[in-house]
Amino acid sequence: MSERPVQLPLPNFDAARAEWRQAYDDQIGQDREVRNRSGVEIKPLYTAADWNDGRYMEELGFPGQVPMTRGIYPTMHRGRTWSQRQLIGFGTPDDYNQRFRKILDAGANASNLAPCNSFFRGFDCDEVDPALLGTCGTVVNTVADMEACYQGVDIGAISMGMNDPEPFTLTAMLLAMAKRQGVPWSRITGTSNQSDYLSHFIANHMFLRLSLPGARRLLLDHIEFCRGEVPGWNPVSVIGQHMQQGGANPAEAMGLTLSTAIQYAADCVERGMDPNRFLPRFTFFFDISISFFEELAKFRAGRRIWQRIVRERFGATEPKAWRFKFHAQTSGVDLTQQQPLNNVARATVQAMAGIFGGLQSLHTDSYDEALNAPTEAAARVAVATQNILCEEAHLTDVIDPLGGSFYVESLTDEMEARIEEVIARIDAAGGMYLAAEAGLPQTIMGQSAIAHQDRIENGEETVVGVNKYCLEGAAEPVTAERPQAEAMAAYIADFQRFKDDRDGAAVDRALDDLARAAAAAPGTAGRNTFAKAVAAAEAGVTHGEICACLRRELGVGQPLVVA
Amino acid sequence: MSQPPKILVTKIGFDGHDRGSRIVAAYLRDAGMEVVYTGPWQSIDDVVTLATQEDVDVIGVSSLATDHLLLPKLMDALRAADLGHIKVVVGGIVPDADAESLASAGVARVFHPGSTREDIVGDVGDLAREARAGNAVA
Repeated sequence: MSERPVQLPLPNFDAARAEWRQAYDDQIGQDREVRNRSGVEIKPLYTAADWNDGRYMEELGFPGQVPMTRGIYPTMHRGRTWSQRQLIGFGTPDDYNQRFRKILDAGANASNLAPCNSFFRGFDCDEVDPALLGTCGTVVNTVADMEACYQGVDIGAISMGMNDPEPFTLTAMLLAMAKRQGVPWSRITGTSNQSDYLSHFIANHMFLRLSLPGARRLLLDHIEFCRGEVPGWNPVSVIGQHMQQGGANPAEAMGLTLSTAIQYAADCVERGMDPNRFLPRFTFFFDISISFFEELAKFRAGRRIWQRIVRERFGATEPKAWRFKFHAQTSGVDLTQQQPLNNVARATVQAMAGIFGGLQSLHTDSYDEALNAPTEAAARVAVATQNILCEEAHLTDVIDPLGGSFYVESLTDEMEARIEEVIARIDAAGGMYLAAEAGLPQTIMGQSAIAHQDRIENGEETVVGVNKYCLEGAAEPVTAERPQAEAMAAYIADFQRFKDDRDGAAVDRALDDLARAAAAAPGTAGRNTFAKAVAAAEAGVTHGEICACLRRELGVGQPLVVA
Repeated sequence: MSQPPKILVTKIGFDGHDRGSRIVAAYLRDAGMEVVYTGPWQSIDDVVTLATQEDVDVIGVSSLATDHLLLPKLMDALRAADLGHIKVVVGGIVPDADAESLASAGVARVFHPGSTREDIVGDVGDLAREARAGNAVA
């Protein structure tokens, strides 16, 4: 096959189009208006009039080259496929270890440790109602717990994602563990997947009850420390997933996420960091809804906008700093409790949208995630879904295989325009930090959440098994796996023993150091709060103790809920 | 009922995901009910205090993680505060075994995923009327 030269304008195009339009109108009668979730009006047909090769270099270019639309690496999935990063977490550290090793055997190749919800909120296991412990994530309070989680795993050999909210105790404990095991930090790779404090404040309210200025400080300390000491670690993951699961439509979620990333980058610059040094370690984490074309266009548009932002606003000159690296998770909101096996089909379509969107890392939801934390059987199917998409379906043979589609390119442009509108709104509010304090992103999310639910309630949006094709008596039994009470009681007893046995003076010194660092002006040499958190983890200080110390020094905070 | 039903929509425990509770609050308001919305992170004591101050008919608790496991404690606390007439409903992910134990603890209704606007607004309105009648008798 030889390449054909692009010939524009096309002879007979207008006449043929008019003829088709007439035939279409005659046959369809009253056409329906179609809009995607972001509000883009979708036409019945896209042609060279909507997008053509004449704009190829300006809008697409080549993979790994500006404007990055086709992907951030020259080889993309043909060279290296994505990380299969299944988020798991349940029960005690021993429970996690057993499950994690099983999914490694099943084909996963990266870790994503989900801690218990009590951990997100800054508590140790002995500060909370034991009925809730380990029900939605693993209870991890100490460096010893972290060691139990990764017993028998070479932590220098796999990507160690941590679903680690501020104050990044999981990462601190990982680094402390690496030190104990003699694994140099230069071999530790992975991501602090929950580092986006603004998305926690705005959207899912899973944070340690710290004030917003305090949270801002902790992220910068974390980035600064990791850039200096842990070169293969991504300290930032900006989380569109929280925005979209919270109700933002895909364009809004992308816009709010890019605005958040702009805020973090600006804060890093103000701290004196070099964009060419910190931007290569910025990563993103997105939701993938079932709106297939909209989602893949969202990712392609996001990639194009981000490279423009980092070059134009931040003057980044290193190509590595222009890369829009992202992890994505198939949408939980789109899953149904009714006829739960249908969710395998949903996760497959969602995952394909992410793959065609050029993701670097993927979590496919288990089919039972609308019912409970994944059971083992369901988690296995989720991993197998990834294996099938990655190795059976030939999706990875061609880079950006939908690029050049009239529809996909036109939709990418339309999504780009809507995303830019959101960024402009947040810019006008003074940036994401001030916008969040004023409740603007909360309002955007809230309005779109209700609009989407309205469309389901009135049947405009079909949800199979919920508002259409419902089966009488088809309700599946909803069961839940709960941690074994005896194992959890034994864990809590071990935790008490750990606290009794540690060197109390060393713990006090480490906490004093942490408090002094937090009290010092941000950026003061030798007063990095994350460096002190790592030292505290090494000394046996617990997660809850680290959080309490930081709240004392930096102030207590609450989410701002707009409803 | 002379006054519109008054509903407290809240979240207890650790979870902060509130998309569902925000939507339900908006739908109840649209149906003419008075809604007191707290957002997440409430303690049992917070909820009891607010229910007393606001004199609500129904407390709606959203539970997407496992926070509904705390509901029997809320029911005890309401009875102890002489607020036994208030109807408590929960919406979200509630496994079948838990739904049974919540019912025996006195929780009036569990709304599972897929519950429609119509179901929720209708049932909550009915429960509010029952609660107010019960309170008048007491």
